[in-house]
Amino acid sequence: MPFSRRHLPLSIVAAAIISTLVTGCGKSSDQAAAPAAETGPLVIKIGQASPLTGAQAAIGKDNESGARLALEDANAAKIKIGGRDVTFEMISEDDQADPKQGTLVAQKFVDSKVSAVIGHLNSGATIPASKIYSDAGIPQVSPSATNPTYTHQGFKTAFRVMANDEQQGKALGKFAVEALKVKNVAVIDDKTAYGEGLANEFRKYVEANGVKVVAAEHTDDKSIDFTAILTNVKSKKPDIVFYGGMYPQAGPMVAQMKKLGIPAKLLTGDGGCALEFLHLAGDAAPGNYCSLPGVPLDKMPGGAKFAERFKTRFNMPIQQYAPNAYDAAMVVVEAIKRADSADPAKIVAEMPKTNMPGVTSTITFDENGDIKNGAVTIYQYSTDGKTAVETIGGTAEAAAAK
Amino acid sequence: METFIQQLFNGLTVGSIYALVALGYTMVYGILGLINFAHGDVVMIGAMVALSVTRPLVGVLPGPLVLLIGLVVAAVTCMLLGFTIERVAYRPLRKAPRLAPLITAIGISIVLQQLAMIIWGRGYHPVPTLLPGGMHDLLGAQINDLQLLIIATAAVTMVALMLLVNRTRLGRAMRATAENPEIAALMGVNINRVISATFVIGSALAALAGVMVSSHYGIAHYSMGFMLGLKAFTAAVLGGIGNLGGAMLGGILLGVIEALGAGYIGDLTGGVFGSNYQDVFAFIVLIVVLVFRPSGLMGERVSERA
Repeated sequence: MPFSRRHLPLSIVAAAIISTLVTGCGKSSDQAAAPAAETGPLVIKIGQASPLTGAQAAIGKDNESGARLALEDANAAKIKIGGRDVTFEMISEDDQADPKQGTLVAQKFVDSKVSAVIGHLNSGATIPASKIYSDAGIPQVSPSATNPTYTHQGFKTAFRVMANDEQQGKALGKFAVEALKVKNVAVIDDKTAYGEGLANEFRKYVEANGVKVVAAEHTDDKSIDFTAILTNVKSKKPDIVFYGGMYPQAGPMVAQMKKLGIPAKLLTGDGGCALEFLHLAGDAAPGNYCSLPGVPLDKMPGGAKFAERFKTRFNMPIQQYAPNAYDAAMVVVEAIKRADSADPAKIVAEMPKTNMPGVTSTITFDENGDIKNGAVTIYQYSTDGKTAVETIGGTAEAAAAK
Repeated sequence: METFIQQLFNGLTVGSIYALVALGYTMVYGILGLINFAHGDVVMIGAMVALSVTRPLVGVLPGPLVLLIGLVVAAVTCMLLGFTIERVAYRPLRKAPRLAPLITAIGISIVLQQLAMIIWGRGYHPVPTLLPGGMHDLLGAQINDLQLLIIATAAVTMVALMLLVNRTRLGRAMRATAENPEIAALMGVNINRVISATFVIGSALAALAGVMVSSHYGIAHYSMGFMLGLKAFTAAVLGGIGNLGGAMLGGILLGVIEALGAGYIGDLTGGVFGSNYQDVFAFIVLIVVLVFRPSGLMGERVSERA
């Protein structure tokens, strides 16, 4: 035997190690801080961070445009602070949706002495960056990061204007109990912080409301084979299958549910609410549910008007979170007005008092910095898209944005 | 009971696919004593090529015909690929120490994955359903046409391979080369041709497995070959690497163990372990076999390896 069996385990280990090696590269950039203006109009620098390159560049640019529109509106309003005219200047940076790049961008903002930060877009970049802002005492408002951890670290500087995954899990549970009137559910998650967190919140809510969780299964965020799990699920005959995870799993899962002849539909969170789900699920897609934090644009108090202004200014439609980015920036501007100062410490002190009619809803914060009564909208897939079925939470009486 | 039968059929389907891939590992090992770690990625290339060929044809031609065209193109591509891999990465190293071709095998595996990532992107690709999805009710379990077809095709292919190895001139040459390449060469066997043929046949089986696995799950992506390759390799070791019958038995056993294990571990352990431990079973099996029966279930019949 030329190749002794003794080497077999060794070769598996070698293959595993080498194949999973990944190379990372970080881009470091440096830019000297502009000197603060001593006389004349006061220039207040606001940082904006989102992925401006890569796969998520479209929604990253969208956030940037939303924040830009807000600051332009603020400049047009001729705000005075300490008797001086104010000009808001936006410094926009690309965090590449990457945790490492997110911290570099955060450090850069701190070095540039920004008064506040709008961002980041992704939870993955927002959470590590939030530590840096907290240490520097700079207020941060994320338009779109939903991971509960962000506001649960005890930082006085972290705020968000979108419902977090706890609120989302509860809303999904409420929808299952009240709208779908389910009695038995199966809960599957992908064991990631997002997926498992969402599934646990959903589970807590439905169990507290007398629904029986007949099957609890786990997969991972790389799997494509759910037949064993689903076969178990099938034998428990649930009314609905809840999945906490992302669309690359949710899509095939639905297709395999159909193949196995499971009549129940899938209910999933924002991770499964990307239109790519339709391609992956194929003809099994229609009828399944997913949720997105926030309300659909046409249901936002200032939605239609905002969409029109956005289109005129940037010559393109809103992609996703631009209204939230606009509100995030406006929350900061309002806090600066109340503080009558560009000093981050004074702005931070004013943030919890926020009570502002925004484009998306009326914005007030709870003690963690999460938006109070954040809205979550449930959508149902059809053959070629998704339609909003119900919005849970949120404030309806908010005034229209200017 | 119906759950048991359903899991059993899930296991048989996946097991048939493992068996086809395991045959590729075991044939190469039998003849060269080399673990071709790039084999799993050949499966992936097969799936991706078939997908690219079939996608524009969906709706133009009848589904089964499209599937057949995709399969043939994928098989030809993989056969060429297998032939090239052997010529480029293994033949120059045939006299080198045994660890050298292992490293080139891993290298080829990485190259194939990265190439696929460049060509097809990082995303998950939905695989169109090309067969009418007829459902059969078997004691309460739902078995679809595709599952039956996968099991049947794998069985026919394995019988054909056995006939090829045991009844033809090429098969005899393969067995002779496996037993002793030098003596076989002295007896007039062109061992380079035999080895190339082995790679080509193994790659054709890989293409078939690639089409099967992507149709079964409805998904293909650039890194799908890695785990599948490791599992099939485990199956080959379980059955006794180098032994054709062993690879088949090992593949099917592994598929069934995985499906039943994943299906029942939750109930057996009171929910401590869940079905997310599915992938772990393959490797638990591998470790147990290596400890208690290093030559595999059918491994001692060394003379039959081919």
